[in-house]
Amino acid sequence: LLLDEHADYIAAYGSKKDDYEYTLSEYLRMSGIYWGLTVMDLMGQLSRMNREEIIEFIKSCQHDCGGISASTGHDPHLLYTLSAVQILSLYDSINVIDVDKVVDYVKGLQQEDGSFAGDKWGEIDTRFSFCAVATLSLLGKLDVINMDKAVEFVLSCMNFDGGFGCRPGSESHAGQIYCCTGFLSITGQLHQVNADLLGWWLCERQLPSGGLNGRPEKLPDVCYSWWVLAALKIIGRIHWIDKAKLRNFILACQDEETGGFADRPGDMVDPFHTLFGVAGLSLLGDEQIKPVNPVFCMPEDVLQRIGLQPDFTAHFVCLPINQTHLIQLISSLKETPGPEMGVRKGRHTKCAVLGGAQDQG
Amino acid sequence: TSNKTRYLSHSSLFLDRKEWADLEPVPQDDGPNPVVKIAYSEKFTDVFDMFRALLQNDEKSERAFALTTEAIDLNAANYTVWHYRRVLLQALDKDLREEMKYITAIIEDQPKNYQVWHHRRMVVEWLNDPSEELQFVAEILSQDAKNYHAWQHRQWVMQEYKLWDGELEYVEELLEEDVRNNSAWNQRHFVINHTSGYSDSSILDREVQYTLKQIKKAPHNESAWNYLNGILQDGGLSSFPGLLEQVTELQDTCSSPYLTAFLVDLYEDALETNSSSYDQQEMFNKALELCKFLAEEKDTIRREYWNYVSRSLQNTYGSGDPVSASSDPPPPPSSSQLPDMEPSDP
Repeated sequence: LLLDEHADYIAAYGSKKDDYEYTLSEYLRMSGIYWGLTVMDLMGQLSRMNREEIIEFIKSCQHDCGGISASTGHDPHLLYTLSAVQILSLYDSINVIDVDKVVDYVKGLQQEDGSFAGDKWGEIDTRFSFCAVATLSLLGKLDVINMDKAVEFVLSCMNFDGGFGCRPGSESHAGQIYCCTGFLSITGQLHQVNADLLGWWLCERQLPSGGLNGRPEKLPDVCYSWWVLAALKIIGRIHWIDKAKLRNFILACQDEETGGFADRPGDMVDPFHTLFGVAGLSLLGDEQIKPVNPVFCMPEDVLQRIGLQPDFTAHFVCLPINQTHLIQLISSLKETPGPEMGVRKGRHTKCAVLGGAQDQG
Repeated sequence: TSNKTRYLSHSSLFLDRKEWADLEPVPQDDGPNPVVKIAYSEKFTDVFDMFRALLQNDEKSERAFALTTEAIDLNAANYTVWHYRRVLLQALDKDLREEMKYITAIIEDQPKNYQVWHHRRMVVEWLNDPSEELQFVAEILSQDAKNYHAWQHRQWVMQEYKLWDGELEYVEELLEEDVRNNSAWNQRHFVINHTSGYSDSSILDREVQYTLKQIKKAPHNESAWNYLNGILQDGGLSSFPGLLEQVTELQDTCSSPYLTAFLVDLYEDALETNSSSYDQQEMFNKALELCKFLAEEKDTIRREYWNYVSRSLQNTYGSGDPVSASSDPPPPPSSSQLPDMEPSDP
């Protein structure tokens, strides 16, 4: 793992003259900055980035409607609003923008069916449901949206294979699954996921090379090391992939000469794949990297500072258990308050939440 | 800064053209100290500086429209340019049929871009005319049969305008070409879900037989097995008449980890439903045997999953003490620590 090379790559990114790639990606600059800063923070190198300039840049990107654009002179969009809020959270400077207006902007994008549009032009996608709740959660304002409807819409995107797509009926896709499980984690609705069925679909993404793909019969890509792995972590099934093989694949995607990670071994590197390669390694337990939160893809210490602890199914005591043991356990719960209990009857039945000691049980 | 007196008729740069002389190009502004130095190619700078000037003046004109075409040509992912183009399409009352031709060409060139598909959808909505859509998407899919954007657009058109006829046939054509096309299997589910549904037993039977036939052609096919599993979830795998026999028959010629996994699921369903059609002990033993086979030989990369299934089965249907692994959460208090209780319905 070439952490120094990766840090040097990110620190220098965009400063090279005539970098056409950088120019072309201006339309996503806010996300580009989020990717760079997050991976630097995970590597303990955030101080090498220019905090003041970035904060000024973000201020210049907030529009009258409250939404934030990818760069100056671009229109606001939910994707870049989330990236901006994530960056300001990293820097503990959320109040440099008008937070109330951001909240209004996000709230205004919710549709009647509970879904979220990305911007005023109305594209609907579960990615935007995630962006909306992640943004509001970081701002402590989840209560402003119609939560029930938002959840209803995301659940309507659950497919026969346990996965999620971008809209109801859309093919299950690892990126969308990350967004939906992240959404359900933030909104406290993870028990609605069929964790065994989805966990199976997700661990099926691992190919003999050790890498992960995003859908059946597609090629592996290092960014799926994040989307798939984070989703597995959220639903408490991360141990179902072969960690050693995946780690080897991710490491093979590094470029020894330039630093950074590419989508697969031998290809050109970029900050996007660099973040997700490093974040994936963090989830796999690499101790040289800070722990990363699988829902927000931000360092855990940042979320602790903010006071956010989204649900993971790992926090559910989800036990294979026969009926006798079950009854004994329920009665013991009445004495001992504890985490929520999830009860499964058979692998393909959804979790049923019993509740803590205060409930009937 | 521009040199307004320099009108070069052969220059391709906007800043050199007479018709653009009234506009002061607005250079990229990344704040008081640019975050990083940005180097543009000259043309790129030219076009996007002009674009920013137009945006600032909120200009709605033919030349602005022409500029969006140039800007898109340089960077079709810039969503602000697409927004502006749509504003202009409406403000200038442009010919939307022409726009359809334009967006068709752009998508053919760059079919994996969110902006271009969303733009097309807006134009279709404005025209309220989906008549070209299925043909167009089919053409894009003929170049890449798994293009996620293309499939979303297709699904939207079909649902919005109720164009379900012929889709099942189309899906079958695609599966003829590539039986492992997961998008096509998903589409199959989508169509049937929105038309006949799966509750009719003759439909379900047809689908099961169709899927098994595809499996015989290409046994190592995750999508087909996922589909089979998916459509039988509601009824239960072990409840479908003759399925166990049909799948077991396939074991010799069409063996795959997916087939074995399916059998485990079927056995487990038989145990779960306590089905009298099956010898419960046999189901239990066979399920455990297959889990071991998968973990140790056939699907070792997912051994953790198979060991989990095995433990799960043993704990739920076995008669011994609870089995756990180090990766499992801590086990419940053992029965010796708890008061003896008569089992009753919780």
